[in-house]
Order: sequence, then structure tokens, then C-alpha cells
Amino acid sequence: MTEQELQAIIFASLKKVAPESIPEDLDPDENFREELDIDSYTFLQMLVHIGEQTGVEVPEIDYGRVSTLSGMQGYLTARLSSPDSGKL
Amino acid sequence: MLDYSEVCTTFSWEAVRASLQGLPNNSGLNIAHEAIERHANGPLRDRVAIRWLGKKDTSLELTYGELQAGSNRFANLLKQLGVNKGERVFWLAGRIPILYSVFFGILKTGAVFCPLFSAFGPEPIAQRLERGNAKILVTTERQYRKKIEPLLSRLPELESILLVDREEKLNEWVLSLPQLMADSSSEFTIPPTDPEDKAILHFTSGTTGMPKGAVHVHNAVLTHWITGRYVLDLHPEDVFWCTADPGWVTGTSYGIITPLLHGVTSIVDEAEFEIQRWYQILEQHKVTVWYTAPTAIRMLMRASADVREKYDLSALRLIHSVGEPLNPEAIFWGQRVLGLPIHDNWWQTETGGIMVANYAALEIRPGSMGKPLPGIEAAIANRLPDGTLQLEGDEVEGELVLRRGWPSMFRAYLHEQERYNTCFVGDWYLTGDLARRDTDGYFWFIGRADDIIKTAGHMVGPFEVESSLMEHAAVAEAGVIGKPEPTIGELVKAFVVLKPGFSASDELKQELIGFGRIRLGSAVAPKEIEFTDNLPKTRSGKIMRRLLKARELGLPIGDTSTLEGSAS
Repeated sequence: MTEQELQAIIFASLKKVAPESIPEDLDPDENFREELDIDSYTFLQMLVHIGEQTGVEVPEIDYGRVSTLSGMQGYLTARLSSPDSGKL
Repeated sequence: MLDYSEVCTTFSWEAVRASLQGLPNNSGLNIAHEAIERHANGPLRDRVAIRWLGKKDTSLELTYGELQAGSNRFANLLKQLGVNKGERVFWLAGRIPILYSVFFGILKTGAVFCPLFSAFGPEPIAQRLERGNAKILVTTERQYRKKIEPLLSRLPELESILLVDREEKLNEWVLSLPQLMADSSSEFTIPPTDPEDKAILHFTSGTTGMPKGAVHVHNAVLTHWITGRYVLDLHPEDVFWCTADPGWVTGTSYGIITPLLHGVTSIVDEAEFEIQRWYQILEQHKVTVWYTAPTAIRMLMRASADVREKYDLSALRLIHSVGEPLNPEAIFWGQRVLGLPIHDNWWQTETGGIMVANYAALEIRPGSMGKPLPGIEAAIANRLPDGTLQLEGDEVEGELVLRRGWPSMFRAYLHEQERYNTCFVGDWYLTGDLARRDTDGYFWFIGRADDIIKTAGHMVGPFEVESSLMEHAAVAEAGVIGKPEPTIGELVKAFVVLKPGFSASDELKQELIGFGRIRLGSAVAPKEIEFTDNLPKTRSGKIMRRLLKARELGLPIGDTSTLEGSAS
């Protein structure tokens, strides 16, 4: 998966739970959950969507690492490139 | 409290009042005096009252002495702004250090504090500011620009807006709070305060109308004090952490007032729930008493057990939960994983403080609300056709009712006397919650008697959501229910009938979800939309949400004799 494809998945997943958002306009290093008032339930829905598209499940313990768009991108890239990609 | 039954027999509210100090020269009772002045003028002056933990790993400690000075400054600046006794000062911001000076400053002057949850959208905010006749609003620049500025024409009574994070004023009436605080005196004497003077206004959701403003008075401090003692079991050496936001009643009664009444150190975390952060706070700050909510507990339960094992929670001695009934699995999980059971308790905005609880001194009945607070008389009742109440015995389902007159009982719904009156029958306050009492006196929650939705511990009124959705061009009608969901209790789900010319599609569904989030904010907006051709209604045209819910759950729909279109 290219970086662009991954970004498109993240953006689409965010739009799915917060359709009013414009992911392209968000500061990639800002906490987007805070910026868009994404509560825990909604965030989980977003991660489910990302999981369906990428096969990566994000465990609760890593939520702090995926609260910015750049953090999410970096985290997913690392997980996808590891040998046991997609598995916990 | 070591012996519940004994405390119940000897209890008197007069004795509770006598354990508080009261204003000097017998000039009344003021929450701010009991929580701040009493300690700041005594040996606890330099004790840390609030240990604030910032999102970006900063922290700040406020002593009782510093809170005294800060709240005096805020009280003085309210006086300069011409705020009079009983007038409402609103708060729209998260858990930030200035909140505590603002809160107690307002109470010191005799004005009324009214909090708004930061994840409300402009519509719920406007409704509450209008209905509460907001004179002053304290908020952040971001909230102001995003949600308040577009509303200003609807708020003619709003005289000043104080921005907590601006060094200079924006204009003549959008002012810088830090600047005003710096120019304000740190000396202030609390004027005589009648225990029945209004102190706090909390909006809560209604089932048929717009939100209601529940008015609380200074005398509520008796309930705060005694629940801090009997339920939370606070002792001076405790480190207490209440995770609730001040936008909701738990966040003021137990996030602000109660720990300070007891002179303990209160932890305030600015950030939202995050599993490792929370465990780390418990460990690092040696939290001894922790008051949290089922949604958070269930999220902790989702994580693998080895996460918790990394943390030393040996300081923790008591865990409480409130917001919705805690399922027995969560209580057992607490015992197994945290090493402590979780004590569930029950109360609501109108009651001002904890009313029914599982106590440290009593056996926990997993899944039950517990037993009434000493001094509180709770019963189960059903309404008879003539409008009177029949009090029921054990093991009978009915509405949970409380004998009126406890100190933190709400004194009014602001401007809505009629609505207030309907909450009472004779000596009893009707809570709107269905429950039963077992033969040992424990109460068990069954459900709401009305259509109010409880999501992540917060009440959402279906009417407010329906009204907002109907402002969308495509929506003819909407019916909103709480759909059961394992983590957050219920999620807000809307059934939508489209206007002619619009057809159901995923795009439209997404548009409506976004529309709801913009108008109502994420705390209130529907998370699920379903299109339907019609909504079940009574012959008088009222949406039967009960039927929508039964349909959603695949349950039998019950009595439909009043349903529109049914055989008469």
C-alpha cells in the first residue's frame, strides 16, 4: 500500500464518522479527536473502518499513538511493514 | 461510616449542618466558604487543593490559599462587571485551572454558575444560554469563534464574554480574563448568603420539551459534605480523582465541591480517556479514592490484562462509579484486575448529590444501585388513576421516588414552575427511573420511565435531537431513540422520514450525521440514521418512541390501542 493510499483510507474513515470534517485541512500534528470532538465510541468506529481496509487492528494501548493524522499514518505504515502485519 | 444501620437511625441534617462552619457572624451558608475559605484561613492553607494535569504533560498545583485569592479576584471582577445576586454566569470550556477560581468566585458573589459541556454544538449552547438568561460567558477563544460568535444576535441578554486564553480584549465586550484577573483585588468578603440562595444551574434533558434548568441552592453543600463522608469515604490524607467533566453535575458536585469540602487533594486531568494515561495517573499520584463512570470502566476492560499489570495501584483503596447501572461483570472485573470491587451509586441532576449507593461498609450487591443515603427516604411507587401514588412493597417494580426536602434537592426548573410541579406528588419527588427494592433494602435499576436517552452517562433528550434534524431540508420527520450499545449504554439513533423529492442514500445518511454533529455537537448528535417511510404516532400526532425502540430491538410492540391508524 502506498503512502497516498493509506492516507486516503484514513481520510475516508474519518469522513465516515465525522462527515462534516475536511481531513485535508486538518493540521496533521494536531489531535484530531480533540479538534473534531471525536468521542471514544466514534473513534472506535473509525478504527474498525480502518481495520477493514488495512487489516490492522489497533489495540487500546496504542490509542495515544494514533490521535493525530501523522501519528496514525506512521503507526499504520510501521504495522503494515512488520512481518506479522495485521496481527496483534 | 462503619455501621450503615446505626448511622441511619441516629442521622439528622441538623447535625450535618453543625459540622459545617457557616459564614462568620451567623451570616448564612455559602458553598465557597465551606470548600475554600474554611481551609485557606486555617492549617490547610498551603495544602494542594487541585493538582491539575495538562494534556501536554504539564501540571499545576493550586493550594487552598491560592484558590482563595483566585476566587476573590474573580468575585471582584464580577462585581465590576455589574453582575448581581442570582444572575447567571456560564462556563463553556474544559477542565482547566482557572475553572476553580471562576466557580468559587461566582458562588462568593451570590451569582449562579451554569456549566456547558464543551462538546455541545451551537444549538444546545444557544438553547441553554437563552433559557438561562446568561449575563456573562466564560469560554475559550476557539469555542467563541467556532460556536458563540455566530449566535450573538440570539443572545441580547449576554453582556460580556471573558476569554480564558487571550492576553488582550477582542473588543469592548469580548474581554481577556487573565488581564481582568490581574487587575482585580485578591481581597473579598462573602456577603450574607441565605442557604436557600441559588448557587448552581444545571441543564438536563427533557423527554418532550427543550432542556430544563435545574436550580440548586447553597444548602446543597450539606449533601455534598455528607456523601463525601459516607459514600466516597474521604479523609484528609486522601488523593481523590473524579473523572467527570464539569459540564455535567457529577463534575461540579464531586469534581469540584465535595473533595475540597473535605480538604483533600483533588486530581483534575485535562485530557480525555486514554488507557495508559489513566493507569499512570492512578499510580503516579497515588490516588486513594477514585470516582469514575461505567463507559470508562468498560473501555479499561477491553484492554488486555497485561496493560494493568505494568502499574502499581497499591495506593488505591476505594472505587466508585456513577452514570448508568454498572453490570456485575464490571464489578467482578474490578475485583479481579484492579484488586478492588467497584461501588456503584445512583443519583441525577435534580437530586444534586448521591442518593442511593453501595458503601464501603456494606456488602456490594453486584448490579444493584445500593441503599439510600442516611437521611434520604427512597421508595418504589406507582401512580394510581386518580393521580395519587401507591407506595409498593419489596420486589415490586415501580418508579423510584424520594421524600422531598433533602438539602440538595433542586428548587426549581428555571422559568418552568408547571414542569417542576409535575415532578412531585404530595411529599414525593418522582425520579422518572423505574426500579425495585429487594427484601434486604437494596434498590435495583430497571430503566427510564420516559424516552430520555442515556449515552456514555449523559442524558440526551430525543425532542432536542428531532427538532434539530427537522431543520435539514430533506427531513420531514424524525424519531429519536437510545439504541442499546455495550460500551456507552445507549447510542443516539434517529429514524428519519424524508420529504417528497428526496430519496434515501448513504450520501444523505452521511450528510445528516454531519449536520447533526455541526448543529448539536458530538455529545448529542445521532450516531446512527435509519430512513423509514413513516413513524408510529398516537392519534394526537405524538411520535411513539417506545414503539420505534421495540421495533429496533425486535421486541413485541405491546399496547398499540392509541396508535394512529389502529382500529378504535
